[in-house]
Amino acid sequence: MLQRTPLFPLYAEYGAKTIDFGGWELPVQFSSIKEEHEAVRTRAGLFDVSHMGEFEIKGKDSLAFLQKMMTNDVAKLTDGRAQYTLMCYEDGGTIDDLLIYKKADDHYLLVVNAANIEKDFAWLCEHVVGDVELVNVSNDIAQLALQGPLAEKVLQSLTTIDLSAIKFFAFVDHVDVAGVQALVSRTGYTGEDGFELYCRAEDAQKLWRAILEAGKEDGVLPCGLGARDTLRFEACLPLYGQELSKDITPIEAGLAFAVKTNKDVDFFGKEVLRKQKEEGAPRKLVGIEMIDKGIPRHGYAVYRNDEQVGVVTTGTQSPTLKKNIGLALISTAFSVLDTEVEVDVRGKRLKAKVVATPFYKRTK
Amino acid sequence: MSIPKELRYSQEHEWVRVEGNTVRIGITDFAQSELGDIVFVELPEVGAQLTANEPFGSVESVKTVSELYAPISGKVVAVNEELNDNPEYVNESPYDKAWMIVIEPSDLSEVDNLLTAEQYEQMINQD
Repeated sequence: MLQRTPLFPLYAEYGAKTIDFGGWELPVQFSSIKEEHEAVRTRAGLFDVSHMGEFEIKGKDSLAFLQKMMTNDVAKLTDGRAQYTLMCYEDGGTIDDLLIYKKADDHYLLVVNAANIEKDFAWLCEHVVGDVELVNVSNDIAQLALQGPLAEKVLQSLTTIDLSAIKFFAFVDHVDVAGVQALVSRTGYTGEDGFELYCRAEDAQKLWRAILEAGKEDGVLPCGLGARDTLRFEACLPLYGQELSKDITPIEAGLAFAVKTNKDVDFFGKEVLRKQKEEGAPRKLVGIEMIDKGIPRHGYAVYRNDEQVGVVTTGTQSPTLKKNIGLALISTAFSVLDTEVEVDVRGKRLKAKVVATPFYKRTK
Repeated sequence: MSIPKELRYSQEHEWVRVEGNTVRIGITDFAQSELGDIVFVELPEVGAQLTANEPFGSVESVKTVSELYAPISGKVVAVNEELNDNPEYVNESPYDKAWMIVIEPSDLSEVDNLLTAEQYEQMINQD
Protein backbone atom coordinates (compact mmCIF):
# COMPACT_ATOMS: atom_id res chain seq x y z
CA MET A 1 0.00 0.00 0.00
CA LEU A 2 1.13 3.51 -0.80
CA GLN A 3 2.21 5.79 2.02
CA ARG A 4 0.07 8.82 2.73
CA THR A 5 0.72 12.14 4.44
CA PRO A 6 -1.43 13.50 7.30
CA LEU A 7 -3.12 15.71 4.70
CA PHE A 8 -4.31 12.84 2.53
CA PRO A 9 -7.86 12.92 3.95
CA LEU A 10 -8.28 16.49 2.66
CA TYR A 11 -7.10 15.95 -0.92
CA ALA A 12 -10.48 14.95 -2.38
CA GLU A 13 -12.20 17.95 -0.87
CA TYR A 14 -9.76 20.22 -2.74
CA GLY A 15 -10.12 18.31 -6.01
CA ALA A 16 -6.75 16.55 -6.04
CA LYS A 17 -5.75 14.00 -8.62
CA THR A 18 -3.25 11.69 -6.94
CA ILE A 19 -0.37 9.63 -8.31
CA ASP A 20 2.15 7.14 -7.02
CA PHE A 21 5.27 9.20 -6.38
CA GLY A 22 8.05 6.91 -5.21
CA GLY A 23 5.69 4.88 -3.05
CA TRP A 24 3.66 7.87 -1.84
CA GLU A 25 0.10 8.66 -2.85
CA LEU A 26 0.44 12.39 -3.49
CA PRO A 27 -1.51 15.03 -5.40
CA VAL A 28 -0.06 15.71 -8.86
CA GLN A 29 -2.53 18.57 -9.30
CA PHE A 30 -5.62 20.12 -7.73
CA SER A 31 -6.88 22.35 -10.56
CA SER A 32 -4.33 22.27 -13.38
CA ILE A 33 -0.55 22.30 -13.43
CA LYS A 34 -0.50 25.48 -15.52
CA GLU A 35 -2.95 27.33 -13.27
CA GLU A 36 -1.14 26.27 -10.13
CA HIS A 37 2.22 27.18 -11.65
CA GLU A 38 0.92 30.63 -12.54
CA ALA A 39 -0.58 31.10 -9.08
CA VAL A 40 2.83 30.55 -7.50
CA ARG A 41 4.62 32.87 -9.96
CA THR A 42 2.10 35.69 -9.57
CA ARG A 43 0.31 35.17 -6.22
CA ALA A 44 0.97 32.15 -4.00
CA GLY A 45 0.38 28.41 -3.80
CA LEU A 46 0.27 25.92 -0.95
CA PHE A 47 1.97 22.52 -1.25
CA ASP A 48 1.77 19.45 0.94
CA VAL A 49 5.37 18.23 1.16
CA SER A 50 4.94 16.13 4.26
CA HIS A 51 6.48 13.15 2.46
CA MET A 52 9.89 14.77 2.92
CA GLY A 53 12.02 13.18 5.63
CA GLU A 54 13.24 14.86 8.82
CA PHE A 55 16.05 13.72 11.11
CA GLU A 56 16.92 15.28 14.46
CA ILE A 57 20.60 15.32 15.34
CA LYS A 58 21.61 16.07 18.91
CA GLY A 59 24.76 15.82 21.00
CA LYS A 60 28.01 17.74 21.45
CA ASP A 61 29.75 15.99 18.55
CA SER A 62 26.94 16.82 16.08
CA LEU A 63 28.92 19.44 14.19
CA ALA A 64 32.02 17.27 13.77
CA PHE A 65 29.80 14.47 12.52
CA LEU A 66 27.94 16.66 10.02
CA GLN A 67 31.20 18.18 8.77
CA LYS A 68 32.41 14.67 7.94
CA MET A 69 29.14 13.71 6.18
CA MET A 70 28.27 16.91 4.29
CA THR A 71 29.91 18.73 1.39
CA ASN A 72 28.97 22.21 2.59
CA ASP A 73 30.65 23.92 5.54
CA VAL A 74 28.20 23.28 8.36
CA ALA A 75 30.42 25.29 10.74
CA LYS A 76 29.29 28.42 8.90
CA LEU A 77 25.72 27.91 10.13
CA THR A 78 24.52 30.03 13.03
CA ASP A 79 21.46 29.36 15.19
CA GLY A 80 18.27 30.05 13.26
CA ARG A 81 19.87 29.57 9.85
CA ALA A 82 19.42 26.89 7.22
CA GLN A 83 21.93 25.59 4.69
CA TYR A 84 21.61 23.65 1.45
CA THR A 85 24.11 20.81 1.24
CA LEU A 86 24.84 17.49 -0.38
CA MET A 87 25.82 14.15 1.00
CA CYS A 88 28.21 12.18 -1.19
CA TYR A 89 29.90 8.83 -1.37
CA GLU A 90 33.69 8.64 -1.34
CA ASP A 91 33.64 8.51 -5.18
CA GLY A 92 31.80 11.85 -5.31
CA GLY A 93 28.47 10.35 -6.36
CA THR A 94 25.51 11.99 -4.66
CA ILE A 95 23.56 10.24 -1.89
CA ASP A 96 21.09 13.09 -1.46
CA ASP A 97 20.66 16.85 -1.41
CA LEU A 98 19.19 18.27 1.77
CA LEU A 99 18.66 21.21 4.09
CA ILE A 100 20.31 21.50 7.50
CA TYR A 101 18.67 23.71 10.11
CA LYS A 102 20.81 24.75 13.05
CA LYS A 103 18.70 25.00 16.20
CA ALA A 104 21.63 25.10 18.67
CA ASP A 105 25.30 24.07 18.84
CA ASP A 106 24.22 20.57 19.79
CA HIS A 107 20.97 20.38 17.85
CA TYR A 108 20.33 20.22 14.09
CA LEU A 109 17.39 19.26 11.89
CA LEU A 110 18.01 17.59 8.53
CA VAL A 111 15.37 17.60 5.80
CA VAL A 112 15.90 14.94 3.13
CA ASN A 113 14.11 13.66 0.02
CA ALA A 114 11.27 11.22 0.64
CA ALA A 115 12.68 8.54 -1.64
CA ASN A 116 15.99 8.63 0.21
CA ILE A 117 14.84 8.59 3.84
CA GLU A 118 15.90 5.02 4.62
CA LYS A 119 19.09 5.13 2.58
CA ASP A 120 20.20 8.43 4.16
CA PHE A 121 19.34 7.37 7.68
CA ALA A 122 21.22 4.09 7.34
CA TRP A 123 24.25 5.88 5.85
CA LEU A 124 24.31 8.44 8.66
CA CYS A 125 23.86 5.81 11.40
CA GLU A 126 26.67 3.74 9.93
CA HIS A 127 29.12 6.63 10.39
CA VAL A 128 28.09 8.06 13.73
CA VAL A 129 31.00 8.63 16.14
CA GLY A 130 31.09 10.25 19.55
CA ASP A 131 28.20 11.95 21.29
CA VAL A 132 25.65 12.06 18.47
CA GLU A 133 22.02 11.09 18.77
CA LEU A 134 20.22 10.55 15.49
CA VAL A 135 16.43 10.19 15.32
CA ASN A 136 14.24 9.75 12.25
CA VAL A 137 11.19 11.90 13.03
CA SER A 138 9.77 11.83 9.48
CA ASN A 139 6.43 10.37 10.51
CA ASP A 140 5.86 12.86 13.32
CA ILE A 141 6.39 15.97 11.23
CA ALA A 142 4.29 17.44 8.45
CA GLN A 143 5.62 20.04 6.03
CA LEU A 144 3.64 22.65 4.13
CA ALA A 145 5.20 25.04 1.64
CA LEU A 146 3.56 28.39 0.94
CA GLN A 147 5.32 29.85 -2.08
CA GLY A 148 4.90 32.96 -4.17
CA PRO A 149 5.14 36.75 -4.03
CA LEU A 150 2.10 37.01 -1.72
CA ALA A 151 3.27 34.25 0.66
CA GLU A 152 4.49 36.67 3.33
CA LYS A 153 1.32 38.76 3.24
CA VAL A 154 -0.94 35.72 3.56
CA LEU A 155 1.07 34.05 6.30
CA GLN A 156 1.46 37.30 8.23
CA SER A 157 -2.30 37.42 8.75
CA LEU A 158 -2.04 34.18 10.74
CA THR A 159 0.82 35.01 13.10
CA THR A 160 2.00 37.80 15.36
CA ILE A 161 5.74 37.43 14.74
CA ASP A 162 7.22 39.77 12.15
CA LEU A 163 7.79 37.56 9.12
CA SER A 164 9.66 40.28 7.23
CA ALA A 165 12.44 39.85 9.81
CA ILE A 166 13.01 36.24 8.67
CA LYS A 167 15.64 36.45 5.96
CA PHE A 168 16.13 34.03 3.07
CA PHE A 169 17.44 30.71 4.49
CA ALA A 170 16.61 31.73 8.06
CA PHE A 171 13.93 30.27 10.34
CA VAL A 172 12.14 30.69 13.64
CA ASP A 173 10.99 27.72 15.69
CA HIS A 174 7.90 27.47 17.92
CA VAL A 175 5.91 30.08 16.02
CA ASP A 176 2.16 30.21 16.56
CA VAL A 177 0.55 30.11 13.10
CA ALA A 178 -3.25 29.98 13.24
CA GLY A 179 -3.03 28.29 16.62
CA VAL A 180 -0.53 25.69 15.43
CA GLN A 181 3.07 25.48 16.66
CA ALA A 182 5.35 25.55 13.64
CA LEU A 183 8.91 26.01 12.55
CA VAL A 184 8.74 28.76 9.94
CA SER A 185 11.55 28.83 7.41
CA ARG A 186 12.07 31.25 4.52
CA THR A 187 13.06 28.60 2.02
CA GLY A 188 11.48 26.83 -0.91
CA TYR A 189 11.72 24.88 -4.11
CA THR A 190 9.96 27.10 -6.62
CA GLY A 191 12.25 30.03 -7.39
CA GLU A 192 9.84 32.37 -5.59
CA ASP A 193 9.87 33.95 -2.17
CA GLY A 194 8.03 31.82 0.34
CA PHE A 195 7.99 29.76 3.46
CA GLU A 196 8.26 26.14 4.49
CA LEU A 197 6.36 25.29 7.64
CA TYR A 198 7.07 22.26 9.78
CA CYS A 199 4.44 21.21 12.31
CA ARG A 200 3.29 18.11 14.16
CA ALA A 201 1.53 15.64 11.88
CA GLU A 202 -1.73 15.95 13.83
CA ASP A 203 -1.81 19.74 13.32
CA ALA A 204 -1.26 19.66 9.56
CA GLN A 205 -4.90 19.71 8.48
CA LYS A 206 -5.69 22.72 10.67
CA LEU A 207 -2.71 24.64 9.28
CA TRP A 208 -3.57 23.70 5.67
CA ARG A 209 -7.16 24.93 6.01
CA ALA A 210 -6.15 28.12 7.80
CA ILE A 211 -3.63 29.12 5.13
CA LEU A 212 -5.98 28.45 2.21
CA GLU A 213 -8.77 30.34 3.96
CA ALA A 214 -6.48 33.29 4.68
CA GLY A 215 -5.25 33.30 1.09
CA LYS A 216 -8.61 32.92 -0.60
CA GLU A 217 -9.06 36.59 -1.50
CA ASP A 218 -5.55 36.77 -2.89
CA GLY A 219 -6.09 33.76 -5.13
CA VAL A 220 -3.85 31.32 -3.25
CA LEU A 221 -4.31 27.83 -4.71
CA PRO A 222 -3.56 24.37 -3.35
CA CYS A 223 -0.80 23.02 -5.60
CA GLY A 224 0.44 19.57 -6.48
CA LEU A 225 3.68 17.89 -7.41
CA GLY A 226 3.21 18.69 -11.09
CA ALA A 227 3.51 22.43 -10.54
CA ARG A 228 6.22 21.90 -7.93
CA ASP A 229 8.25 20.13 -10.60
CA THR A 230 7.73 22.75 -13.35
CA LEU A 231 8.47 25.57 -10.89
CA ARG A 232 11.68 24.06 -9.55
CA PHE A 233 12.71 23.13 -13.08
CA GLU A 234 12.38 26.71 -14.40
CA ALA A 235 14.45 27.90 -11.44
CA CYS A 236 16.96 25.07 -12.19
CA LEU A 237 16.76 23.59 -8.71
CA PRO A 238 17.90 19.96 -8.92
CA LEU A 239 15.65 16.96 -8.33
CA TYR A 240 17.30 13.88 -6.88
CA GLY A 241 16.89 10.97 -9.30
CA GLN A 242 17.11 13.34 -12.29
CA GLU A 243 19.81 16.01 -11.95
CA LEU A 244 21.45 14.15 -9.07
CA SER A 245 22.12 10.47 -8.43
CA LYS A 246 24.82 8.18 -7.13
CA ASP A 247 26.33 8.44 -10.62
CA ILE A 248 26.29 12.24 -10.77
CA THR A 249 28.52 14.46 -8.64
CA PRO A 250 27.37 17.84 -7.29
CA ILE A 251 30.08 19.51 -9.37
CA GLU A 252 28.70 18.00 -12.58
CA ALA A 253 25.24 19.14 -11.48
CA GLY A 254 26.47 22.73 -11.13
CA LEU A 255 26.26 22.78 -7.33
CA ALA A 256 29.89 23.71 -6.58
CA PHE A 257 28.62 26.53 -4.34
CA ALA A 258 27.54 23.86 -1.83
CA VAL A 259 30.80 21.89 -2.00
CA LYS A 260 33.44 23.46 0.25
CA THR A 261 36.58 21.58 -0.66
CA ASN A 262 38.63 24.12 1.27
CA LYS A 263 37.07 23.25 4.63
CA ASP A 264 39.73 21.65 6.83
CA VAL A 265 37.76 18.46 7.42
CA ASP A 266 37.93 15.31 5.35
CA PHE A 267 34.38 14.76 4.17
CA PHE A 268 33.09 11.96 1.97
CA GLY A 269 33.91 12.66 -1.65
CA LYS A 270 36.32 15.51 -0.91
CA GLU A 271 39.23 14.30 -3.07
CA VAL A 272 37.16 13.58 -6.19
CA LEU A 273 35.12 16.75 -5.81
CA ARG A 274 38.19 18.94 -5.27
CA LYS A 275 39.76 17.52 -8.39
CA GLN A 276 36.61 18.15 -10.40
CA LYS A 277 36.35 21.67 -9.01
CA GLU A 278 39.95 22.46 -9.95
CA GLU A 279 40.30 20.62 -13.24
CA GLY A 280 36.70 20.58 -14.39
CA ALA A 281 34.34 17.62 -14.51
CA PRO A 282 33.95 15.49 -17.64
CA ARG A 283 30.23 16.26 -17.78
CA LYS A 284 28.21 19.35 -17.05
CA LEU A 285 24.54 20.11 -16.49
CA VAL A 286 23.38 22.66 -19.06
CA GLY A 287 20.16 24.24 -20.21
CA ILE A 288 18.91 23.36 -23.68
CA GLU A 289 16.20 24.93 -25.77
CA MET A 290 14.60 23.14 -28.70
CA ILE A 291 15.08 24.72 -32.12
CA ASP A 292 12.91 22.13 -33.88
CA LYS A 293 9.40 21.47 -32.67
CA GLY A 294 9.33 18.96 -29.85
CA ILE A 295 9.65 18.67 -26.11
CA PRO A 296 12.73 17.19 -24.42
CA ARG A 297 11.93 14.74 -21.63
CA HIS A 298 13.79 12.96 -18.84
CA GLY A 299 15.98 10.20 -20.27
CA TYR A 300 16.10 11.36 -23.91
CA ALA A 301 19.56 11.01 -25.44
CA VAL A 302 21.49 14.08 -26.60
CA TYR A 303 23.64 13.80 -29.75
CA ARG A 304 26.27 15.80 -31.51
CA ASN A 305 27.37 14.61 -34.97
CA ASP A 306 25.82 11.17 -34.49
CA GLU A 307 27.62 10.57 -31.25
CA GLN A 308 25.72 10.48 -27.99
CA VAL A 309 27.15 13.22 -25.78
CA GLY A 310 24.61 13.32 -22.98
CA VAL A 311 21.12 12.82 -21.68
CA VAL A 312 18.16 15.02 -20.76
CA THR A 313 17.59 15.02 -16.98
CA THR A 314 14.38 17.08 -16.97
CA GLY A 315 12.41 18.69 -19.76
CA THR A 316 9.00 20.11 -20.48
CA GLN A 317 7.31 23.11 -21.99
CA SER A 318 8.04 25.88 -19.53
CA PRO A 319 4.69 27.27 -18.37
CA THR A 320 6.22 30.69 -17.66
CA LEU A 321 8.36 31.03 -20.79
CA LYS A 322 6.24 28.87 -23.12
CA LYS A 323 9.45 27.39 -24.51
CA ASN A 324 10.39 23.74 -24.91
CA ILE A 325 13.41 23.51 -22.67
CA GLY A 326 15.38 21.00 -20.70
CA LEU A 327 18.31 20.36 -18.44
CA ALA A 328 20.85 17.96 -19.89
CA LEU A 329 23.96 16.35 -18.49
CA ILE A 330 26.41 16.50 -21.39
CA SER A 331 30.11 16.21 -22.15
CA THR A 332 31.78 19.41 -21.03
CA ALA A 333 33.20 19.86 -24.54
CA PHE A 334 29.71 20.63 -25.83
CA SER A 335 28.49 22.70 -22.89
CA VAL A 336 29.37 26.10 -24.34
CA LEU A 337 26.41 28.46 -24.86
CA ASP A 338 24.77 28.27 -28.31
CA THR A 339 26.36 24.89 -29.12
CA GLU A 340 23.95 23.02 -31.38
CA VAL A 341 23.01 19.51 -30.33
CA GLU A 342 20.29 17.04 -31.25
CA VAL A 343 17.77 15.43 -28.92
CA ASP A 344 16.38 12.00 -29.73
CA VAL A 345 12.66 12.61 -29.30
CA ARG A 346 11.14 9.15 -29.59
CA GLY A 347 13.27 8.16 -32.55
CA LYS A 348 13.51 11.57 -34.22
CA ARG A 349 16.66 13.67 -33.95
CA LEU A 350 15.51 17.22 -33.25
CA LYS A 351 17.75 20.28 -33.13
CA ALA A 352 18.36 22.11 -29.87
CA LYS A 353 20.94 24.52 -28.53
CA VAL A 354 22.69 25.12 -25.24
CA VAL A 355 21.22 28.12 -23.40
CA ALA A 356 21.90 29.98 -20.17
CA THR A 357 20.42 28.90 -16.85
CA PRO A 358 18.43 29.44 -14.73
CA PHE A 359 15.53 29.65 -17.16
CA TYR A 360 13.62 31.75 -14.65
CA LYS A 361 14.78 34.17 -12.00
CA ARG A 362 12.40 36.30 -10.00
CA THR A 363 12.89 40.01 -10.46
CA LYS A 364 13.13 41.26 -6.89
CA MET B 1 -17.54 13.69 -18.48
CA SER B 2 -18.88 14.31 -21.99
CA ILE B 3 -19.33 11.26 -24.25
CA PRO B 4 -21.43 12.27 -27.28
CA LYS B 5 -23.86 9.53 -28.30
CA GLU B 6 -23.33 9.89 -32.05
CA LEU B 7 -19.58 9.14 -31.94
CA ARG B 8 -17.71 5.85 -31.81
CA TYR B 9 -14.73 5.26 -29.54
CA SER B 10 -11.47 3.30 -29.40
CA GLN B 11 -9.98 1.52 -26.40
CA GLU B 12 -7.18 4.10 -26.62
CA HIS B 13 -9.57 7.00 -25.98
CA GLU B 14 -9.92 8.36 -29.51
CA TRP B 15 -13.30 9.36 -30.87
CA VAL B 16 -14.43 8.85 -34.46
CA ARG B 17 -17.14 10.79 -36.30
CA VAL B 18 -18.37 9.42 -39.64
CA GLU B 19 -18.92 12.21 -42.17
CA GLY B 20 -20.03 10.59 -45.41
CA ASN B 21 -17.03 8.78 -46.87
CA THR B 22 -14.51 10.20 -44.42
CA VAL B 23 -14.08 10.04 -40.66
CA ARG B 24 -12.89 12.72 -38.27
CA ILE B 25 -10.74 11.69 -35.29
CA GLY B 26 -9.79 13.27 -31.97
CA ILE B 27 -9.29 12.31 -28.33
CA THR B 28 -12.04 12.10 -25.74
CA ASP B 29 -12.95 14.40 -22.90
CA PHE B 30 -11.89 11.66 -20.50
CA ALA B 31 -8.47 11.42 -22.18
CA GLN B 32 -7.80 15.16 -22.05
CA SER B 33 -8.86 15.29 -18.42
CA GLU B 34 -6.50 12.44 -17.51
CA LEU B 35 -3.61 14.05 -19.38
CA GLY B 36 -4.00 17.53 -17.92
CA ASP B 37 -2.81 20.69 -19.67
CA ILE B 38 -1.92 19.78 -23.26
CA VAL B 39 1.08 21.74 -24.55
CA PHE B 40 1.96 20.02 -27.83
CA VAL B 41 0.19 17.95 -30.45
CA GLU B 42 2.14 16.09 -33.12
CA LEU B 43 0.11 14.95 -36.13
CA PRO B 44 0.91 13.19 -39.42
CA GLU B 45 1.09 14.93 -42.81
CA VAL B 46 -1.80 14.92 -45.23
CA GLY B 47 -1.37 11.83 -47.41
CA ALA B 48 0.05 9.63 -44.66
CA GLN B 49 -1.26 6.08 -44.57
CA LEU B 50 -2.50 4.97 -41.17
CA THR B 51 -2.89 1.40 -39.92
CA ALA B 52 -5.51 0.58 -37.31
CA ASN B 53 -4.07 0.37 -33.77
CA GLU B 54 -0.71 1.82 -34.85
CA PRO B 55 0.53 5.17 -33.49
CA PHE B 56 -0.09 8.15 -35.78
CA GLY B 57 1.03 11.01 -33.55
CA SER B 58 1.30 12.14 -29.96
CA VAL B 59 -0.08 14.59 -27.45
CA GLU B 60 2.09 16.01 -24.73
CA SER B 61 0.93 17.48 -21.48
CA VAL B 62 3.16 19.39 -19.10
CA LYS B 63 4.11 16.12 -17.45
CA THR B 64 3.81 13.32 -20.02
CA VAL B 65 3.71 12.15 -23.61
CA SER B 66 0.90 9.96 -24.93
CA GLU B 67 0.78 8.26 -28.28
CA LEU B 68 -2.25 8.60 -30.51
CA TYR B 69 -3.44 5.33 -32.05
CA ALA B 70 -5.33 5.08 -35.32
CA PRO B 71 -8.82 3.73 -34.54
CA ILE B 72 -9.14 2.47 -38.12
CA SER B 73 -6.92 2.25 -41.22
CA GLY B 74 -6.93 4.87 -43.94
CA LYS B 75 -5.31 7.84 -45.63
CA VAL B 76 -5.02 11.23 -43.96
CA VAL B 77 -6.88 13.88 -45.99
CA ALA B 78 -6.92 16.76 -43.49
CA VAL B 79 -4.96 17.75 -40.39
CA ASN B 80 -6.01 20.35 -37.83
CA GLU B 81 -3.16 22.85 -38.16
CA GLU B 82 -4.83 25.08 -35.55
CA LEU B 83 -3.57 22.74 -32.86
CA ASN B 84 0.03 23.75 -33.59
CA ASP B 85 -0.56 27.13 -32.02
CA ASN B 86 -3.52 26.23 -29.82
CA PRO B 87 -2.86 22.86 -28.19
CA GLU B 88 -5.10 23.98 -25.31
CA TYR B 89 -8.09 23.38 -27.62
CA VAL B 90 -7.68 19.71 -26.72
CA ASN B 91 -8.58 20.56 -23.11
CA GLU B 92 -11.20 23.16 -23.96
CA SER B 93 -13.06 21.54 -26.82
CA PRO B 94 -12.01 17.92 -27.37
CA TYR B 95 -14.90 16.99 -29.70
CA ASP B 96 -15.09 20.16 -31.73
CA LYS B 97 -12.20 22.65 -32.05
CA ALA B 98 -9.64 19.95 -31.22
CA TRP B 99 -10.46 17.47 -33.98
CA MET B 100 -7.08 16.11 -35.04
CA ILE B 101 -7.28 14.45 -38.43
CA VAL B 102 -9.75 13.43 -41.13
CA ILE B 103 -9.07 10.16 -42.90
CA GLU B 104 -10.42 8.34 -45.90
CA PRO B 105 -10.95 4.86 -44.46
CA SER B 106 -9.61 1.81 -46.30
CA ASP B 107 -12.71 0.03 -45.10
CA LEU B 108 -15.45 2.15 -43.57
CA SER B 109 -17.00 -0.91 -41.93
CA GLU B 110 -14.04 -0.97 -39.49
CA VAL B 111 -15.94 1.76 -37.65
CA ASP B 112 -18.49 -0.88 -36.63
CA ASN B 113 -15.81 -2.61 -34.56
CA LEU B 114 -15.33 0.47 -32.40
CA LEU B 115 -17.06 1.04 -29.07
CA THR B 116 -20.39 2.80 -28.83
CA ALA B 117 -20.79 5.69 -26.38
CA GLU B 118 -22.40 3.34 -23.86
CA GLN B 119 -19.60 0.78 -24.18
CA TYR B 120 -16.94 3.48 -23.88
CA GLU B 121 -18.59 4.90 -20.80
CA GLN B 122 -18.63 1.44 -19.24
CA MET B 123 -14.97 0.98 -20.07
CA ILE B 124 -13.80 4.20 -18.43
CA ASN B 125 -15.96 3.59 -15.38
CA GLN B 126 -14.31 0.22 -14.89
CA ASP B 127 -10.79 1.68 -14.89
